[in-house]
Order: sequence, then structure tokens, then C-alpha cells
Amino acid sequence: MSDLLRIEGLGKTYPGVVANADVSFAIRPGEIHALLGENGAGKSTLVKMIYGLVRPDTGRMTLHAQAYAPTEPRAARASGVAMVFQHFNLFEALTVAENVALGMENPPPMKTLSARIAQVSGDYGLPLDPARRVGDLSAGERQRVEIIRCLLQSPRLLIMDEPTSVLTPQEVAILFATLRKLAAEGVSILYISHKLEEIRSLCDGATILRRGRVVASCTPRDKTAGELAEMMVGSALSAPARQPGAKGDVALEVAGLSLASPIAFGTALKDIRFAVRKGEVLGIAGVAGNGQDELLLALSGELRTAPGMVRIGGKDAGALRPTQRRALGLVAAPEERLGHAAAPDMTLTENALLSGALRRGLLGRGGFLRWGQAKDFASEIIASFDVRTPGPGAAARSLSGGNLQKFVVGRELLQSPSVVVVNQPTWGVDASAAASIRQALLDRAAQGAAVVVISQDLDELLEISDSFAALNGGRLSAPRPAQGLTVEEIGLMMGGAHGMEVAHASA
Amino acid sequence: MLGGIDPFILIASLIAASVPILLAALGEAVVERAGVLNLGVEGMMIMGAVTGFMVSVATGSPLLGFLAAMAGAMALSLIFAFLTQVMLANQVASGLALTLFGLGFSSLLGQGYVGVKPPLTTAVPFGPLADLPVIGEILFSHDWITYLSLALVGLVWFVLNRTRTGLILRAVGENAEAAHGLGYKVRRIRLLAILFGAALAGLGGAYISLVRVPQWTDGITAGAGWIALAIVVFASWRPLRVLAGAWLFGGLTVLQLNLQAAGSGIPVEYLSMAPYLITIIVLVLISSGKGRALDAPAALGQNFHASR
Repeated sequence: MSDLLRIEGLGKTYPGVVANADVSFAIRPGEIHALLGENGAGKSTLVKMIYGLVRPDTGRMTLHAQAYAPTEPRAARASGVAMVFQHFNLFEALTVAENVALGMENPPPMKTLSARIAQVSGDYGLPLDPARRVGDLSAGERQRVEIIRCLLQSPRLLIMDEPTSVLTPQEVAILFATLRKLAAEGVSILYISHKLEEIRSLCDGATILRRGRVVASCTPRDKTAGELAEMMVGSALSAPARQPGAKGDVALEVAGLSLASPIAFGTALKDIRFAVRKGEVLGIAGVAGNGQDELLLALSGELRTAPGMVRIGGKDAGALRPTQRRALGLVAAPEERLGHAAAPDMTLTENALLSGALRRGLLGRGGFLRWGQAKDFASEIIASFDVRTPGPGAAARSLSGGNLQKFVVGRELLQSPSVVVVNQPTWGVDASAAASIRQALLDRAAQGAAVVVISQDLDELLEISDSFAALNGGRLSAPRPAQGLTVEEIGLMMGGAHGMEVAHASA
Repeated sequence: MLGGIDPFILIASLIAASVPILLAALGEAVVERAGVLNLGVEGMMIMGAVTGFMVSVATGSPLLGFLAAMAGAMALSLIFAFLTQVMLANQVASGLALTLFGLGFSSLLGQGYVGVKPPLTTAVPFGPLADLPVIGEILFSHDWITYLSLALVGLVWFVLNRTRTGLILRAVGENAEAAHGLGYKVRRIRLLAILFGAALAGLGGAYISLVRVPQWTDGITAGAGWIALAIVVFASWRPLRVLAGAWLFGGLTVLQLNLQAAGSGIPVEYLSMAPYLITIIVLVLISSGKGRALDAPAALGQNFHASR
């Protein structure tokens, strides 16, 4: 069978960085082809070249046996190539139909378009109401808008960039059914992901990228997840070691925590209650925007609460500010690294001082700073968490995402805390750095700290949590032992497939 | 009643009094729906007032005066467009600068025109209709600019909500990055919106100097541009509500004048303060970050630069 898209020797170099070098592979009609690689392996640049957003320096592409060199997305769309981005190109204040119309070259009148949206979305099992405002939709429903927008233009090749990172397991199942149906109709799909099990269950072929080059291609069904990971990372990964120790007293207790959100389009917290014991890791799952940021703010002390809602080591901490909570032993690492966890233009020493001043005794008599000790503290973080940087004098902004994340988490863990709260500790971090961050969190728990990990990565949570709960619409499900939980049950705790059920399980 | 104020004359005069702020607010609503916050409305209005006045005095034609007013305000707005869309300067600062520049420049241009009488803009002859009791007074006693402004309200509503042009304009004001990602020319669309807003502001300004007052004095717009800005927010950026807001503010002004004339017990100063006081409150609401709750365009005031 002839190939739909053939890529030969494609390369792209940015100043100082080789994004792609000599990349070649081919996709057959109706094939679901995976592009597998870690963050920074060059997947995004490659698909941007296929979609006409970036022009390659070397190499050539053939589509339908004809030379293919799109100069802009419009040209790519005209050739039958469509793309669903990881970050959606949607307008929150506009309706579904209006959003779809904006993505089409010659949209039909609104009434006809709405009818077609309803029909196509029904056909592919992706129900959508054309009249609803996108701002009111869940992440999964927003993705459907993007997909329908692509489908209405009858693409031959559909590119999907990390489509499942915002979905619940139930929504993933629906999406996969849709993709298989499309493939059966002859549409080729280029599927970008670093989630190995997904690729094994969905894809017919895979091309594995590392540092911008093709390192292997295979049929994912014939490989184990471990083998795929090894090809992707280049070395074997060890699962974090954990010693199930005895759990101590309750170190952090949250009771009836309700709080309005300070964030636009944010989610208010509603009657959240949980307790974490010393040595215990509580994993909190949930699709982004279900109250994770608000929960972190309420726990860290950036948002203060009514008395009794948050207790640290038995003491009421509702009215305490972050520094006062640190004094009680609670440290927190928020999701946003630049600008929230770290001040981008300040040095690592200064950033270490900002959060570690109190517990590490970096403040001298009369409020003077102890720069020597602060620098030693920064160096200690760099050494013990393998942060790749020229030294403690480097600006936080100059570190890569993964390295800065290691620094931020390390800075909090090295303050001998009794309670640790982290949000998305390994987001955008490569696999080996993520593994070391998880290990550090487990080690801290083994030394007697209560750890709360908020994350969207279910595999990560199942790997390190003792107990497990899910945030959905600002409510927290009752924590359950992580051992023995199935993905199905977790999905229901996360709210199931948004907008597809009559009743919510957690309501 | 009301100390001898005739309510029908009051309604007729509030319709006329609200024309300048209605036009300016309608134009600014379109500009803001495209994501641009142009605080230079006052400056553009007074530029329109002075150029309109000069041209109609020179030619004897009110029509040419109004056209010149639109052109004058559009020329001034090009400074703002260049600063914010090309140089990516801060929109709030650029808009304030535009107002200050417009006030000073109009005063320079208008030096020889103080005390001159402009040609008269007459009411549209509706014949016997104008003689109908009550309705004739309220509906059929106005000049053609008034009717044009009302027609524009309907036109802007239709274009914004029922056409693809309007959809693209709203998309640009909602999320410029996404609009760019879909292949729309964000800066060109915003430039056109700024010019449209300026044309209406200029028209509104000329209505003050050619019809309402009608003569030229420095600072003749007297804060009408700021009131127009407040109306846009008050109206949640919707054309029909802009009309309601303009009538409300226009009504306040007229009522205040009438109450003064009728010798009301409330001190005059409070009454003349009222429209501006409400304006300040509304403007504080916009800048306090509560804009989202008021349904503001999400990209309002944010410059856009294509980075990829």
C-alpha cells in the first residue's frame, strides 16, 4: 500500500539547539502512528513542520505521492492535514458553533453549521451542544470542539498533540473509540504522546524520538511498556523504592474547607475534608481547573480560611500566613515554577533564601541576611537534587523546566518539613528527573513527613500514594487506600466523562 | 409637575442631548470588542468638533463639516493605532496621551473661530407627522444625525452578532493568540476597529460644536468622551444597552439643566456632578479587575505580538 505521508531527512535547527535532525518515517492511509518521546525530544517541532507552522531547514515531505511543503496552516488544511493542539485555540466567550465557524475557510450559515455539528458529533460519539459557550465546557468537551472543527473539513491526516493529558479515563476511552472509527474510515492519525500504555493499546506503528533524532521504530503492541520507555529514555528506569513504614499521628487535617476562588474562571472549594498522617502520602487527582490551584493556596497560607478548617500538627492554622505555617512545619511547592514557586530574575541563592530563610536560619539578628549560609543552602539543593546549572549565582529563569522543578522541590524538602504540599511536581519534567523527584518525596515521607501530592498524572499518583482522592468541581472525594484501586474507579472519582452522564457519581 | 418641567420636551431633548455620547460610546464599544482599550475618546471627539466646525464654517455645508470631523478624528486615532499596534505601547497611557494631545491641538486650531456662528443643521422635515401631539415632539422633531445615530445602533448590533465580520472581530477581542493561530490578521482587524471608533467619536464631537452648542470654545466636549467610556462598560459592550446607557446619562444631563432652570432645592453643584460621579465609579470598576465579571472582552487592553 502506498504511504499517505512520507517524511525524509527532515531537520530544523534553532540557534544553539538542534530540534530535529534527519527525521524520516511514513504513515499509511488509515494508520494510527505514534510519535513517542520525552519532553524536548523534538516531537512538537516535527508536527509543526507538518502543519506548516515551522519551515524545515532540510529534508522533504510527500503527501499523496506529491511534494508537500506547507508555508502556513491554511495551506496544510487545504491539503487535508488537520491538527488538535495541546493548548486549545478556542474562544471562551463564544459558542461552540461560533468557534467551529472561525476555524473553517468557508463556513455555511450558522443554522446549517449547528445542525452539522450536532450530526457529526453524534456520529462519532462526541456529543456537543452547538449553542453552549465554550467557557462553560470541561476540558474534555473543549477538546471535542477542536476535533469536530477538524472533522468538518474531512481531513486525510489528523495530528493530535498529547490529547489525553486533560481527560479522565472514561473520556480517554471515548476518544480512542472515535480515533479507531476514523482510522477505519481511512483517516491517518499521527498521535503524539509519552504515555506508553495508551500507545500500546491504540497505535499501529510508532516512531521514537530522542534529542531530535529517530532512535527506533516499532510496532508498539509487540513491545512491553518497559521496552518502550527504555527506547524513549535511553536507559532503564527504576520504579521508586518504598518501604511501607508505620504511619504516625495526624500531621495535617482539613475539615469543611470552603473557599471562593480568587482566580478568574476559577473553581471554589466546597467542603473539603481529609487528614494526612506522618509518613503517609496522599495523592489528589483531578483534571486541571477543578480546584487544584485553590487547594494549594489554601494549604500554603496564601489564602487564609476560617478557623478550624486547616490544622497543622493539631494547631489551628486557618488564619496563619505562609511564613507562620512554615514555622509550624508546612512547606508548599506550587505548580507554576516561574513567577510563583521561584522569582525568575533572581539568583538561585536569593530564591533559596526566599522560602528557606525561616527554617534554615538564614536570617541573622536584626533582620540582616546571612548570604554565606544562603549560598551554602542553594549549593546543597543543587548537589543533592542533581540540578544542572552553573552554580547558585545563576538566575532561576536560566534553568530548564525540569531542573528548576528539582530545585524548587528540593528547596522545600531540605527544610526538614513535617508537612509537604506539592502541586504537579513532575509536570513538564523528563522521565529520569521525574523519577528522582518522586523518590525524594517518598524518602521524605519515610522520614516521617505527611506528604500531599496534587497531580494530573494518574500513574505517578498510583506509584507513590498511600491514599488517594480526586478533586472534581471543587469537591474532594473521600480518600481511599491507593492499593487495589482500578483506573475505572479513579475515573468515576474524577467525575467520569464530563457531560456524558445524567448524574455525577460524586455530586 | 417636577417644578414645571414638561416630560415630553424632556424626553425629546434627552434624545438630542445623548447623540454625542451615543455615537462615541457605540464606536468605542466596537473598538473594545476588538480587544483595544482606547481612552482617547475625549481627544478624538474634540478633534472632530474643531475640524467639523472649521470645515462647515469655511464651506457653509454641515454635511462636509461632519465628514471632515470623521476624517480629523480618524487621523488623530492613527497616532494611537501606530503606538499600540505597531510599537506595542501601553494602551492606557497612549489613550490618555491622545486625549491630552487632542485637547491642546484642537484649542490651537480653533483660535480664530471663537464667537463664529456655524451653518445651521436643521430638523428633518416630516411635514404633518411633526405636528402630531406627543409623538411628533418625541419622534419627529430631530435632525438627520440623530436618526443616523439610531440607525447605527441597529447596524452595529447586526454586524457584531449576525455576520462573519462581527464574529471575527469578537474573536480577536476574546483571544488574539487563538485568532492568529487560525490565520486571522489581528493587527489589521484592530486597526480598522480603531478607525471606525474614531469616525464615530469625531461625528459625536462635531454634533456638539455644530448642533448642540453651536459654536466653538476650548474644551467644548467637557468630558463627554469620558462619559462615553463609562457607558461602554455600563452597557457590557452591547450596542442596544449602549443606547439605553446614553439615554440614561443624557437624561441626567438634561434633567439637571431643567432642575436648575426650575429652581430646584438641590444645590446645582450636586446635580452637575452626578454624571461625572457615576462615570468615575464605572471607570473604577473597569480598572479594578472586576471586568471579567462584567462580561468584558477577555483580551481587552492587551497588545498582541505574533511570536511564531
